[in-house]
Parts: sequence; structure tokens; C-alpha cells
Amino acid sequence: MSAFLPVLRVTLAKDMRLEWRSKDAINSMLFFALLVVVIFSFSFDLTAEESRRIAGGLVWVALLFAAVVALNQTWARELRNQVLDAYRVSPAPAESLFLAKAIGNFLFVIILVALMTPLFVVFYDLRSVGPAYQLVFAAVLGTWALVVNGTFFAAMSIRTRSREVMLPLLLFPISIPALLAMVAATTAILTGDNSPYLSLVFLAVYDIVFTIVGFFLFETVLHAE
Amino acid sequence: MSFSHPTTTDPESAPAIVLSEVTKLYGRFAALRGVSAEFVPARLYLVLGDNGAGKSTLLRAIAGLMRPSRGTVTVLGSSQLRSAAAQIGYMAHAPLLYDEMDGMENLRYFARLYGIRGDQRCAEVMRAVGLDPALPRRVGQYSQGMRQRLSLARAILNDPVVVLLDEPFSNVDIVSAREMVRLLGEMRDAGKAVFVVTHQPALLDGVADESIFMDAGAITERRSQVRDELHSPRVS
Repeated sequence: MSAFLPVLRVTLAKDMRLEWRSKDAINSMLFFALLVVVIFSFSFDLTAEESRRIAGGLVWVALLFAAVVALNQTWARELRNQVLDAYRVSPAPAESLFLAKAIGNFLFVIILVALMTPLFVVFYDLRSVGPAYQLVFAAVLGTWALVVNGTFFAAMSIRTRSREVMLPLLLFPISIPALLAMVAATTAILTGDNSPYLSLVFLAVYDIVFTIVGFFLFETVLHAE
Repeated sequence: MSFSHPTTTDPESAPAIVLSEVTKLYGRFAALRGVSAEFVPARLYLVLGDNGAGKSTLLRAIAGLMRPSRGTVTVLGSSQLRSAAAQIGYMAHAPLLYDEMDGMENLRYFARLYGIRGDQRCAEVMRAVGLDPALPRRVGQYSQGMRQRLSLARAILNDPVVVLLDEPFSNVDIVSAREMVRLLGEMRDAGKAVFVVTHQPALLDGVADESIFMDAGAITERRSQVRDELHSPRVS
């Protein structure tokens, strides 16, 4: 356990450095999310009220697909030069790698959320009726729900031949409860129709459960052949 | 370059590695077929055989990267290879390095995985393989030979007791290869069990202690070699 935090820290720093230099994950996510925003905004002629009702679903579906792109990218760089084997052969804890990757992916997707939010507001003429600060909770809890499962399942699918297909197949079904809660919470905040409290609590519980499951099962996944 | 001496440096002492009926199946294909062998510390083993003979699979099994379908691998007295991981150095066919980082950045990261702090050890192993620690070039821009040398540096970063090297000399120029051989000889002399899979056995003439011949996933012959007195490669 003494190695857990130092290894987590250096692995996270390494991933940030690699992403800063290559910008593989951020660029591909940004491009994808941008396309979704622009295409949908031109496809529908929505009133402000209608925008508030569908924006939650639109935002989270866009983020889910964009996150899949990023998740594949961050593990793909561990496959290049088989560098993951260097980690597997070391005494470093598998859990450090899992959490470092999850936190790294969380930061990438949160950056994307920060960049995309003004665009959503402009393109869909969004004004939150409910307290807008609650959107921050929805964004943080929802993003963690996406990336913690995504990191785990991306690691599972990384060595399969068709990993780009395999990851959504594994990730999407298990993300549906979280996705529903994210959409419900966001819509509730934007429309102000009802309280997002229950949805946010559900997301928090979902995050805790899947973080614990991923944390304890990751060693098996990492050392599987 | 200094190496720590393991507690058991006497070749007659307990074996560093024990393979017991190790079989690895990929579907119907047997990459290893009931391999049983013991390897002692302070020896340099040359692993030879045709492509597909099972040499790399053998190294991966010892490194703990591959779980045998049958049989057991015991390294330094433990069949739980994770517990021996800190004592194993592994160099694969692929460089196991990040292209987007420079040599020192790579080594610094891997050093932290072994709990090695500071840059001293990283710089030391880089110099030992003939690379300049101050070179700011990213690994993606290295030549193949430089990658191989950095890969060797990564493998010996943790001063391992068991050193597993898969084709360390491929794409390396002859002068650098001889430097690497000299380094391997020093490691063996420091009491480490060094395994070298290579298709260039002549490079290790006079340095290797034993040749292990593999064919179709089995060890077919073990032949002791005569070592030069100076334990150094012949330089013409």
C-alpha cells in the first residue's frame, strides 16, 4: 500500500504529459462532441423550452460517445510498444494504474465539458430555470460514472481484436442506469420542474459502487492474458 | 556501473528459477511442452532456437507475464511471481517505452514503479548502455539501436537478480552490442541469472556459461560453454 499513492501520482503525471504532447484524446473527443452539437442544432428548430427538455439527453449522449473515443486512446498508447507489459512485470500496484487512468480520463472529459458548455448554451439558447450551480454536481458525478466504468471496460477490451467495438458493447449497457440519472438530473435542473436530488444521490451511489468494484477487480483484468 | 550482489551468489546454491512441467497452450498449439529445468544465479544463459521454438514464451513465463496452462514457475523461491517482480528485469522484443517521452523521462517513470527515487540510478543505467542522460530527444525519434539500448537500461533499472532479455542485440551496431555484452557479463559476475534470447550467439562467445537449445516448445539440449578468463567478449 505504501507504493499505491506514489505510483498513482507518477502514472497520472505521465498520462497528463503524454496527452499534453500528443493531444490524441482531447482532440478526438472535442471534434466528435463538436460535430454532435452542431449537427443537432442545425437538425432541429427548437424553442428555448424544448431545448431545456432535450439538452440533458443530448449533452450526455454526446459525452458518452466522446468519452469512448478518449478511453480507447488512453489505453491504446499503453499498447504501443507493448509498454503495458513493463507495468505488468513491475511490482507496482494494479490499483494505482486503474485510479490514475480513471482520474486522467475524468480530467480529459471534464475539460471537454468545460469547453462544450458555452457552445451548448449558444447553439441551444439554454437558460437554466433551476439553480445552475447544481449542474456542476451533475457534471462531476456523471462524468466519473462514465469514466470509471469506461476505464475498467476499456482495459478489459484492450487486448481483444476489435476493441473499438467491444468497449461500447461492454460499457453502454452497464452505463444505462447512470445515463438515465445524469439526464434526469440535468433536465430537472435546466427545467426547474422537479428536484434533481434523487438522481444525484443515485449517481453518487453508482459512482462509489463501481469505483470499488473496478478498484478491486482491476488486478485480475490487468494480469489476464 | 555497479550492481548489488544477491545473497545467493554461489552457483551451487539454491536455484534462482525452477520450471516444473511448464506447458503453455494457445488453443491446440503448445508454445511450451512440459518444460522442466533449474537455473542457478551467477550464470549467463544463452537461449537458442528457431522462430516459434518457445524462447520468448519461456521468458514471458518466468517474467510472470504469462500464466502456464500446466506446471509451475518458481522464481527466487516463490511461485507467486508477483512477489518476485521487484527482482526481475525483463526486456521484450518491443521496446516497452513511451515514444512521446525522452529517455530520462521514461526511465524516471519506470524507476518510480520500483520505488526508486531520484535520477541518479536512471542516469547511471543510461550511461551504462552508452546513452546520454541529457539527450532531450523523444524516444519516438530514437534509432532502433538506441531504443534497444534504452530498453536494456529500463530492464536493469531495478538492479534485478533475474535478467530476461529477448533479442537485446537486434538492430544494435556491433560496437554497442559488445558494450551490452560486457555489461551482461558484469551482471552475471555480480551474481545475477542472466537469460539472453538471441539469433546472434557469436556475440556472447566466451561470456555465456550455458546454451539452452529449444525446439517446438521444449528444451532439447543444455550445453555448458567455456568462458573467457576475463569474462569479456572477444573483440577483434
